[in-house]
Amino acid sequence: MSFLPYAVAAWLLLVGLYGVVTSRHLVHLIVCVTVVQASTYVLLLAIGYRSGAAAPIFADIPRSTPVVDPIVATMTLTDVVVEATVAALLLALAVQAHRRFGTLDPDELGAMRG
Amino acid sequence: MSRRTRGIVFGAGALGLAALLLWGFGGLPSFGDFQGRYGELLAKSAVPERHATETVAVTTFDYRGFDTLGEEFILFAAAVGVLVLLRIQRGADEIPAEAGKRRPTAHSPALRSVAIAFAGPALVLGLYVVAHGHLTPGGGFQGGVILMTAFLLVYLAGAHLREGGIRPIVAMEVAEATGAAGFTLIGVGGMLLAGAFLENFIGLGTVGSLLSGGDIPLLNVTVGVEVMGALLVVLGELLDQRMLTRGGDS
Repeated sequence: MSFLPYAVAAWLLLVGLYGVVTSRHLVHLIVCVTVVQASTYVLLLAIGYRSGAAAPIFADIPRSTPVVDPIVATMTLTDVVVEATVAALLLALAVQAHRRFGTLDPDELGAMRG
Repeated sequence: MSRRTRGIVFGAGALGLAALLLWGFGGLPSFGDFQGRYGELLAKSAVPERHATETVAVTTFDYRGFDTLGEEFILFAAAVGVLVLLRIQRGADEIPAEAGKRRPTAHSPALRSVAIAFAGPALVLGLYVVAHGHLTPGGGFQGGVILMTAFLLVYLAGAHLREGGIRPIVAMEVAEATGAAGFTLIGVGGMLLAGAFLENFIGLGTVGSLLSGGDIPLLNVTVGVEVMGALLVVLGELLDQRMLTRGGDS
């Protein structure tokens, strides 16, 4: 059981990549990229977890309580922001691709370039 | 490359990657047994040093505040990137629908009334989450997203984003820039008044009160304004595209 969260992270990464490779629509592909990125949140938070520890917020718990690692939580926050920006830029590019080529199928877009 | 070959190539690569991941994860400490000392040190020193109870916020805005500044500018740059990408196109073949012809976004009275009913509470919740970021879970990033939702609900209720004298999207660009500039100015204030960039220069206050934690609540507010502005700019531009395309198609 103790490696299950890591397995979840690996699964999200692989299943997201599978989606990217087999995608037939750019918006679907962008959603798959966000799934790949979600695996990093699971991995980061899983690494910093301590069994039986509280959240690192001392609003209503004694200061000596063992807490989970706050650094990975901060990293995850950065990660989420980066994911949002990447998704926004990719969506804007997809809008452009649709206006220029009239299709959102990655295969057809590739055919037009060649 | 045919879809079949691509599938085979991907399958081989994915198997290799899965094996590498399993190998690597096998070397990690087992789940729940993390031994890193830095996080523990930060958790111990956050409350005495900053009088703020949210260790994650203290880490984000103090111990790695400079990184957060970079993170804010990533968001800023991405919003500007979306603007540039979508506006160049608009200049090329602008086909905005006539103001009078624009249909309200929502035709369903149910959607309109629910969206209007939730807009106010969403706004209050967003402000609450931003204001209490140094005490309880939340902060500028999370609260900014909720604030954006409040405005998005108004849009859903049928008020067009570009109607009226002031174009809200311009106001949102200003909000985004103000947020980014505010964070930087607070950092410069620390440099002038306390000797180092982003060093705290405001009284720390009582642990647990709303006005505590020095400059962390202020930084939360600037980040909240910036996140809200950036996301609204991006959403506004993407929704405008829909309007333009519709105007062109019909």
